[in-house]
Amino acid sequence: MSNQIIQGVLLGGYYALIACGLSFMFSVMRIINLAHGSLAVLSAYALWWLASRFHIPPFAGLLIVLPLMAAIGWALQRFLLERSARGGALLPILTTFGLAIVIDNMLFEQFGADTRSLAPFIGSLSYDSWEWPGSIYVGKLAVIIFLIAVALLGGLQLFLSRTGLGRAIRATSEDPDTSGLVGVDARRANAVAAAIAMVTVGLAGAFLGMRATFDPYAGAPQLLFAFEAAVIGGAGSLWGTLIGGIVLALAQTLGAQVHPQGFLIGGHAAFLIVLFVRLSMSGFSLRGLLHRPSRSAS
Amino acid sequence: MSAASTTPIIERGTATSRIAAIAVAVIIALLAIAPQFLSAGVVDRMTTLFIYVILAAMWNALAGFGGLVSVGQQVFFGLGAYFAIRLADAGLNPFVALFASAIIVGLVSWPLSLVMLRLKNGEFAIGMWVIAALTHLLVNLDRLVQGETGTSLISLNVYDAGTRRVTIYWLALASMTALLAILFGLLRGSTGAAIRAIRDNEDAAASVGVRVTGTKRLLFVLAAFGIGVAGALWLATSITFQPKTYFNVQWTAYMIFMVLVGGIGTFEGAILGAVVFFLIETWFGGTGVWYLVGLGAAAVLFSLFLPRGLWGTIEERFGLRLLPVGYRVRLAEDAADPAGNGVHPEMTTTNRETA
Repeated sequence: MSNQIIQGVLLGGYYALIACGLSFMFSVMRIINLAHGSLAVLSAYALWWLASRFHIPPFAGLLIVLPLMAAIGWALQRFLLERSARGGALLPILTTFGLAIVIDNMLFEQFGADTRSLAPFIGSLSYDSWEWPGSIYVGKLAVIIFLIAVALLGGLQLFLSRTGLGRAIRATSEDPDTSGLVGVDARRANAVAAAIAMVTVGLAGAFLGMRATFDPYAGAPQLLFAFEAAVIGGAGSLWGTLIGGIVLALAQTLGAQVHPQGFLIGGHAAFLIVLFVRLSMSGFSLRGLLHRPSRSAS
Repeated sequence: MSAASTTPIIERGTATSRIAAIAVAVIIALLAIAPQFLSAGVVDRMTTLFIYVILAAMWNALAGFGGLVSVGQQVFFGLGAYFAIRLADAGLNPFVALFASAIIVGLVSWPLSLVMLRLKNGEFAIGMWVIAALTHLLVNLDRLVQGETGTSLISLNVYDAGTRRVTIYWLALASMTALLAILFGLLRGSTGAAIRAIRDNEDAAASVGVRVTGTKRLLFVLAAFGIGVAGALWLATSITFQPKTYFNVQWTAYMIFMVLVGGIGTFEGAILGAVVFFLIETWFGGTGVWYLVGLGAAAVLFSLFLPRGLWGTIEERFGLRLLPVGYRVRLAEDAADPAGNGVHPEMTTTNRETA
């Protein structure tokens, strides 16, 4: 049993990784990007393409793909989200949903329906494991993903609290008009935030491809996982996302124990229970990821 | 009479809209007798069109009028079909089962609305998607459905193919007409004023005493019921029930496309969008993936550059109202101009805010 808990916690690291970009963008721009999962899968395909066509190992491929993802994030904000956000809160949902359909089907058109994986390109890392006391075997890759998730969340936290750019992003998320008055370029802050979010998405896509398989339509489940982890983690800090990811993964592990098809059901059920409890306790919002909810103006 | 020249006239319809009302009645009557003259294939396609109109109108009711964008409406489509399978399996006449099923879907959506309507915007949108994914998995557990293998509405086979086709056609036509009439009545009545007030500014509406949550709940349940009808009718036309097909997010993608292209928040726009989608599907559906890429790209472009859709733009440009659900305010000088050239569309309550 303790074995399963450890595996669940490690899987939670992956969910935190894919969730942090979603909640980061939401807290800065108030936009839930429905193309989030599809963009992660796009990154996985890009790495797969580099590896199978040009023999570039995925970890080296990240040096090419992550800057590209940052550029995509910047362009996404400048050309799509900024414009559609001006039309109200509902339009960005429709725009990003349309974008997700375009990405999914372009990937299908380009790569076909076959499931792919990055596992063959990372050598023994995909199956190597360490033996921990109590004859528990943990996959090296799972531990690496977890550690990178923790490092990323910590780095993001430091960036937001210690750097000028991070402070500009936080100010913009708090009140774009007032921060504009004191000289913060809100457009630039938002575009940088979107670029950072897409880098995390690219990283999440890479690990999705290494630890499992993916196909052109794998984006939707990843989006749901990201959303569920972000909501379970709730408002507070980026670390909430990590807790949310771990809770989601543990619920899935538990679900799989109860019923052979219970893995996904367990995760969705945990999400709904948390949601229900949170709603009956009082107001709920994803807002306030970057700052204490009491200080948020709403 | 001199006072009248400064008092604006408030009216509900225009000469065009009265002609349109007659035209609608004629079109429905023609559609009702059409199966006599049409080939079997065309009858089937027309049934599909009616189902699309229902889907578009219901999604528009929720998003365009209630301000609730959901990407999980396929849950009601799938449940409409699933409950019909279940009821028919329990011995109910299959045609009765289609509508009994939709009523159950409506009933189920009520408690669901208690939780989901407390979510805002994107949270609601994707929260509904989670509900759809979970419902799909739970339906798969039903032994009758046999997981993704699916099952069929076998009891429909007692009717011969011709009777079945025409009956489903009429049921689809009647459902579409009834649902559109309910929505139209709702929007024209006092609830309609509340709905538009919420659409334009939720907080302001609440402050003047509009029952925001109750009104949204009404739209949520209506949309669930209507989409349940559509799912049950789709089952009747295709006979087979595979959960993966019915709980597919593609259905919501279609709804979004139809409403965005037609004109979100306009009654006629959803119908126009459904017709446009139907024609595109007829002509380009065979191109497979590129067709879906095109739909997604069109949704992006419309939301960015023509957020009012085709009908919204036509309405704005020409002041045309075929099926008016709002009021229009007209300056009295125009009343002396019976030629009807002085139409001022900018004062009507159906105008959307642009902010």
